[in-house]
Amino acid sequence: MPPIEQPVEPLVNASKDAPVRRDGAPPGIRFEKVVKRFGEHTVLRELDFDVAPGERVTLIGPSGSGKTTILRLLMTLESPDGGLIWIGDRTLWHMERKGERVPANQKHLHEMRKQVGMVFQQFNLFPNMNVLRNLTEGPVRVLGLSRDEAEDRARDLLDLVGLADKITAHPSRLSGGQQQRVAIARALAMRPQVLLLDEVTSALDPELVVGVQDLLRDIARQNDLTILCVTHEMRFARDISDRVLMFDAGRIVEEGPPEQIFGEPSEQRTRDFLQAVLAT
Amino acid sequence: MSEVLDSYPQWVDGAWVTIRLTLLGGALALVLALAFGLAGTSRHAAVRALNRVYVEFFRGNATLVLLYWFFYALPLIGLRFATLFAAVLALGLNIGAYGAEVVRGSINAVPKAQHEAAIALNFTPFQRMRRVLLPQAFALMLPPFGNLLIELMKGTAIVSLVGLVDLTRVSKNVQGSTGETVAAFTVALVLYFVIAQVLQLLVRYAERRVDRMLGRGLPARPALDTAGVAGG
Amino acid sequence: MTWDWQYTGDVLPDLLHGLRYTLIATTLGYALALVLGLVWTLLRRTPYAAVNHTVRWITEFVRSTPLIPQLYFVFFVLPAFGLTIGSLTAGVLTLGVHYSTYTAEVYRAGIADVPKGQWEACTALNLPRSRAWLDVILPQAVRRVIPTLGNYLIAMFKDSPLLLAVNVVEVLNAAYQVGSRSLRFLEPITMVGLLFVVVSVISSILVRRLERRYATH
Ligand SMILES: Nc1ncnc2c1ncn2[C@@H]1O[C@H](COP(=O)(O)OP(=O)(O)OP(=O)(O)O)[C@@H](O)[C@H]1O
Ligand SMILES: [Mg+2]
Repeated sequence: MPPIEQPVEPLVNASKDAPVRRDGAPPGIRFEKVVKRFGEHTVLRELDFDVAPGERVTLIGPSGSGKTTILRLLMTLESPDGGLIWIGDRTLWHMERKGERVPANQKHLHEMRKQVGMVFQQFNLFPNMNVLRNLTEGPVRVLGLSRDEAEDRARDLLDLVGLADKITAHPSRLSGGQQQRVAIARALAMRPQVLLLDEVTSALDPELVVGVQDLLRDIARQNDLTILCVTHEMRFARDISDRVLMFDAGRIVEEGPPEQIFGEPSEQRTRDFLQAVLAT
Repeated sequence: MSEVLDSYPQWVDGAWVTIRLTLLGGALALVLALAFGLAGTSRHAAVRALNRVYVEFFRGNATLVLLYWFFYALPLIGLRFATLFAAVLALGLNIGAYGAEVVRGSINAVPKAQHEAAIALNFTPFQRMRRVLLPQAFALMLPPFGNLLIELMKGTAIVSLVGLVDLTRVSKNVQGSTGETVAAFTVALVLYFVIAQVLQLLVRYAERRVDRMLGRGLPARPALDTAGVAGG
Repeated sequence: MTWDWQYTGDVLPDLLHGLRYTLIATTLGYALALVLGLVWTLLRRTPYAAVNHTVRWITEFVRSTPLIPQLYFVFFVLPAFGLTIGSLTAGVLTLGVHYSTYTAEVYRAGIADVPKGQWEACTALNLPRSRAWLDVILPQAVRRVIPTLGNYLIAMFKDSPLLLAVNVVEVLNAAYQVGSRSLRFLEPITMVGLLFVVVSVISSILVRRLERRYATH
């Protein structure tokens, strides 16, 4: 895969308390007292956490603890009810205007989304396009690549995910595992610097899981990407991440390297959770 | 019977008027349906209200009342339409209101995940609609659009009441000149039936093409995972 | 020319008189459509392929041809066979037969929606076929389709002005006749238009209520 391009946009709302950005590294992420409610139900209450530039972090935790919500906030599929979310040295949901922090407009969100890519649990390929079109539509329409450039990029990515022969196939003709590979390629075609993975193998038949996980592991190793990953698969979490965050009720219960969290968790709640996951 | 058939130039002309009205009215209805249907999916309440007013008013009215209004009432306040134009307007506005509901419903029926995938690829709101939602919604729209087109074709018969010489009018004229009541009206009904069947064939053909485009209706693969395909 | 309220008031009695015929035609036509539609549906379930196909083509034919030539057919052709009928009767017959082809489809879908287990339960209880139909299947099917049937009542109401083609003085024809006496069409026809919109909007709200009430399960 070609090296990742640096963003050229000026740093509008640079701030001294923003996560530092190593030169040439993808941006880090910071949640600062983030609140998210659905009606009466508060899913995240003043959540704080950091992901360093280029760090790969796995979120684990019981169902309904807010893991997906965190990723969806970063992908701008949900909007927060309070707090700040930083990507690099800019806030995602706020922008600076005349020295004041105001809610982001569509243009700001569009700028910020350039850095972020997401792979969904249910793949969500576009059924009205074939595989090639799924991979080129974003680069052509959003990044402004020529069709030839976009197709070259798509071919490289299909080679990478091992589906070069499916280039003209229709998504519905692919197996779940193949669809998820295409979806991964589609996200990478946009050259994101932050990659969000939400239980990307849980909709797959068991025999297809390992292939997709190994592909993602290789991608994570060969590219400089900040990765936020939700998974219940310990082997995958160990392979892909530098650090694991254990969530419960919208708070971080425990964090540490995967070996520690999975090997000798210090919190009872983590132990209970891991036991429950292992039992299934 | 032979006398009735001898007047075939009249029948051909009448059928042509009926077909032309169907196509023109259909084109207008399609444009209105898309415009107001899209308005119905807007984030802005004011734009959605526009959709409601249009739909309730023109769906709630009888086409013939609309036609009479354009033809008899509006000229009195200085708005004069050519008869054909008034007819196309009445038919298009009425069927367009039904179509707008179809468009709105179909767009809303595209799975939300498709919309989110388009956001994740950083498509603009316009691109999401144009590249992802509309093409998928289109497949859902086609069958009801086919029914509406047939209803529109049937609706064109009202123009015979304001002087346009369509199939219905021709049947009445032929009945008057030949006195062959049974034959005249039977021929008219059969011609309408033929037009309706042809329209239906065209719509079916379009449905099959769109289904193929969306990868539906293909022989199922074993362990085929159809998650994410519109409508399942 | 501007709106004349005085004149608007003057034409109201004529419009109301016309409205009576609109309502008569709609109610009677609808009653006919409800019954005849059920007849088509049941005929299509007979084991005789010939009956089934004939009914299918007849209903398809009636459904895909316009009301006005159908009206002419009924009004002018029946007398040729010695059956002279009034224009209102012709209108009711035509509306009823035309819409019966729609209600037939509605019933068919409703019956198809009744779970297979209901039939099996009837067999298990050893109910005679007629009992099963009348006591178990039809009540459930009809219940499911009440909102759709309501929509066709509104549709038929909106098609009733077509009866002016055979000189029924329903509400639009009444408006037209008042208008042509004074050569002022704006007020009477606009009033009729508003009447249709108001009635349709109110009745679609009622239908939506029915939908909530009779929503499956
Ligand atoms: N759109 C929504 N409307 C209302 N409540 C929601 C919505 N989305 C999520 N929630 C609620 O927010 C909570 C957190 O949901 P979230 O999907 O983030 O959990 P999760 O940790 O990803 O769980 P899982 O492991 O089951 O995927 C849940 O209680 C859920 O019911
Ligand atoms: Mg989740």
